[in-house]
Amino acid sequence: MSQAAEIERSAPAVPVASPAEASRLVARAPAVDAVGLEGRAASLATRSIKRETKRQALELTVRCMDLTTLEGSDTTGKIVAMCAKAVRPNPLDASVPSVAAVCLYPQLVPVAVERLRGTGVVVASVAGGFPSGLGPLDARLREITDVAAAGADEIDIVLNRSLFLGGRYAEAFEELVAAREAAGSAHLKVILETGELGSYDRIRQASVLAMAAGADFIKTSTGKIGVNATLPTALCMMEAAREFHAQTGRRVGIKVAGGVRRSKQAIQYLVLLNETLGAAWMTPALFRIGASSLLNDVLMQLEKGSTGRYAGPDYFTID
Amino acid sequence: MSEAIETPSATWEYAPAPESTDIVRLDDRYGLFIGGEFVEPISGRWFETIDPATEEPLAEVAEAGAEDVALAVEAAREASAPWQALPGSERAKYVYRIARQLQERAREFAVLESMNGGKPIRESRDVDLPLAAAHFFYYAGWADKLEYAFPARSPRPIGVAGQIIPWNFPMLMAAWKLAPALATGNTVVLKPAETTPLTALLLAHVIREAELPPGVVNIVTGAGATGAALVGADVDKIAFTGSTEVGKAIRRATAGSGKRLTLELGGKAANIVFEDAPLDQAVEGVVNGIFFNQGHVCCAGSRLLVQEPVFDVLLAKLKDRLQTLRVGDPLDKNTDIGAINSRAQLEKISELVDSGVAEGAEIYQPKCALPERGFWFRPTLFTGVSQSHRVAREEIFGPVLSILTFRTPEEAVEKANNTPYGLSAGIWSEKGSRILWMADRLRAGVVWANTFNRFDPTSPFGGYKESGFGREGGLHGLEPYLELDGGTR
Amino acid sequence: MSDARLPVKRTAKLFIGGVFPRSESGLTYEVVAHDGRPLAHAAQASRKDLREAVVAARGAQPKWASMTAYNRGQILYRVAELMEGRRAQFEAELSDAGASDPARGVNAAIDRWVWYAGWADKIAQVSGATNPVADPYFNFTLPEPTGVVGIVAPGEQPLLGLVSRVAPAIVSGNTAVVVASERSPLPAVSLAEVMATSDVPGGVVNILTGVTAELVPWLAGHMDVNAIDVTGVPADLLTEAEELAAENVKRVHRGPDVDPFSDAAQSPYEITALTEFKTVWHPIGA
Repeated sequence: MSQAAEIERSAPAVPVASPAEASRLVARAPAVDAVGLEGRAASLATRSIKRETKRQALELTVRCMDLTTLEGSDTTGKIVAMCAKAVRPNPLDASVPSVAAVCLYPQLVPVAVERLRGTGVVVASVAGGFPSGLGPLDARLREITDVAAAGADEIDIVLNRSLFLGGRYAEAFEELVAAREAAGSAHLKVILETGELGSYDRIRQASVLAMAAGADFIKTSTGKIGVNATLPTALCMMEAAREFHAQTGRRVGIKVAGGVRRSKQAIQYLVLLNETLGAAWMTPALFRIGASSLLNDVLMQLEKGSTGRYAGPDYFTID
Repeated sequence: MSEAIETPSATWEYAPAPESTDIVRLDDRYGLFIGGEFVEPISGRWFETIDPATEEPLAEVAEAGAEDVALAVEAAREASAPWQALPGSERAKYVYRIARQLQERAREFAVLESMNGGKPIRESRDVDLPLAAAHFFYYAGWADKLEYAFPARSPRPIGVAGQIIPWNFPMLMAAWKLAPALATGNTVVLKPAETTPLTALLLAHVIREAELPPGVVNIVTGAGATGAALVGADVDKIAFTGSTEVGKAIRRATAGSGKRLTLELGGKAANIVFEDAPLDQAVEGVVNGIFFNQGHVCCAGSRLLVQEPVFDVLLAKLKDRLQTLRVGDPLDKNTDIGAINSRAQLEKISELVDSGVAEGAEIYQPKCALPERGFWFRPTLFTGVSQSHRVAREEIFGPVLSILTFRTPEEAVEKANNTPYGLSAGIWSEKGSRILWMADRLRAGVVWANTFNRFDPTSPFGGYKESGFGREGGLHGLEPYLELDGGTR
Repeated sequence: MSDARLPVKRTAKLFIGGVFPRSESGLTYEVVAHDGRPLAHAAQASRKDLREAVVAARGAQPKWASMTAYNRGQILYRVAELMEGRRAQFEAELSDAGASDPARGVNAAIDRWVWYAGWADKIAQVSGATNPVADPYFNFTLPEPTGVVGIVAPGEQPLLGLVSRVAPAIVSGNTAVVVASERSPLPAVSLAEVMATSDVPGGVVNILTGVTAELVPWLAGHMDVNAIDVTGVPADLLTEAEELAAENVKRVHRGPDVDPFSDAAQSPYEITALTEFKTVWHPIGA
């Protein structure tokens, strides 16, 4: 089965509000009770996912993974190796599917495009002054256009938290709309950097803003600060996406990134997704996990599922 | 306005995740626990106790007659003076032992609780057992500190307490009764509910292992007649949790006897959602309020009062949420709603739900397959309900929510208070001052704001009006078990 | 059983941040029994060790205070469980220190610890209040831990006296830097070992053995210590300690001067003496 068929190359999203409306949207975003939200996330995390359900979840986790490397030391060689791993995570087991995408810095996009051509694994690039997103706007937008031209299928940008946390919602919105346009036909993921936003109310507001500006995905984190994806923040974003779908009919994807290292966590995110957004979102077209070391943990769990023995890391390639 | 989201039935089915019952070793037969020993009932009568999810019999349990009850009371009476004579710090250590053992054997108790009562293992594991252990832990610490709880009042135990508990939270109710009674120096005769005796009998083993002096805790199993015998026996105090009807009967039966009395009875709580509520969390709170423990909760939020502007949105979200509730095998770790505790209770629920339909309310139930055997009821919503409908007035004690609307805070208060009950209430709003204003005016013993069904051993629980009197939990929970200078009974 | 077996002797070190370092000064001093028998060389803590201990205590304090009261109570109860398991060691140490009835001393210390553990989730109910102010406000007062507490443990009663100062200090969420009895520090070292193997987070209790007169001025004058329990401060140092404490308005507290075995030696007011009372107002209105 071709991976490309799975990830719909649907038309990218469009903004559904004007900048003037953006402030009002933020103000009207519903309040979020932190204790209630965290309680719900914790309760869902106790779901017991075993046997065939677990195998399906692990397999879906691989198919929804954005295999990521975002280091200043990334070289061509590193990317070549990662692309091979992305296409064939377990050389000893052809039944393990490819991941959804690789996620990397703009400079390495051409290498990945070359290596992944025809494999069904897409190329996602960060752009727009990742991770702070505070460089000059024209340079940030040009970076987006450039990586799109270089062949990136998906572009991960950050919300301008300086504007957002400063209350300048219309300006933050305008930047997102401009980024949306600069990305052209590439899908746009907007990183909210939830670890910086300070409260779930703010995460809800930021989700609303990004979705209204035309994000195809909303994403939790850059993975570059101390606090990354958590179950409650993902749940908060999923509830926002649910509301947005109810109001506009459009489904926005959810990406969790940073700190997801163990299969158990990945499965918990899938439970949240399943019980909040439902079966329609259980696909790489609408759900991604940005991770690196998670992949081998999932492979080891899949192995244990089929052999009955706990696996060891020596038996899985590091790239 | 927003329509209900299509949530197609999940293509990701959860495989069965049964909790193993290996950890539970059931005897064929359980005698009465009197004077530290398991004894055969003088009555010669036994009754069967079943698993309500399968209708399978689990064991035979002794039925205590009047003579058995008298024997138990005598054992408690004999054990009373030496127990009182112990320093509080020694009594504390006994109760700490019970707490620690409950923590160690928590899984065993949780599984047995679900087998005998029908509640989901996730709840008995994550809520009932931890809270039960915590109650013993909290009250243990009061045993040698009573003079600080009641300064200058010379706190002294009452003597022998008869305690009658219900089937909805068997272990937790046993903890709520035993912990303060023992910590304050009383001895006890406990009567568990007819349909859920087994965890109390397992607790008897814990009590023995904790080396509590024989006779300090006695357990007499049986039904209504056993309870009546205990009420009439030579005890100094009766503590009862159960229906309002039986509570009134106990009040009449103890009139003029000089016995101390506390009653924790029924409720018909209003869960009030304002327009500015954090709606997604309010949905969780409403769902938890009425479907937790299949709605077998005295303080259940069985009336949803929703401010009109958000009625449509909230109803849509509730209906969607009900689709994700998993009804089924209580021992499956993913079950959200377990079995109804008994055929009798199922019949009561059905009768009231039928009346709701007959009186013109609109019923909604998600489609879900129910097992063939056992007692089950789908989570149910009624809209178009008015205060005069039976489903808005009478306690259903099942997974049935009646939804009414209101316009202003004053109207919400009026409707919430318009009931003979007064156990609990819920308020959902982002405005702190409104929450406090409402809390001030709601005639309910427990008010939850932006949450529901939260319990803690430090937090007093009990009702206004026909929901009973007396408080359990907290410093206030000590008072019903003490003689205090300066007056109040 | 062969009498010729050589026992493995314990090294008595400091307890800071959950680990056992030697003094940075490299100094130790000889600890002797009541009859002059040499027992051990205990670390002689320097002012730098004390500084590190305060850093550890401060670092651990927010997390300790944010645990639920129930949790803290359970952790303290577990400490008592472990003390009970080590009673032979404690009794031997008390006997070496000259106690006539070591078992009685250990019993009293464990029971006292349990007594204070039980206050964790009750102290707010007994010392807090809702206040019926004359305007439409909800008003409540709650005790909160003051922060880092310096404790100078009494010289005598090296276990019961120590426990009577430490337990009430930490049960409310304070963390502690303790100067142990100079003459008989070994029960304090054993208590540190109990802490290290219990669920008490590192840094909540830090124990320094050494020369009291050297350490007291540094503790009393430390600007990042919120309160000081001067129960074990010798009379000739007390005035200086209070003067030094003035610099950051440190709370100064002394335990009751009663028979440590009596009930009068334990009280919830020993807990509240090291707490701050916070009062909050909120309007009531639809």
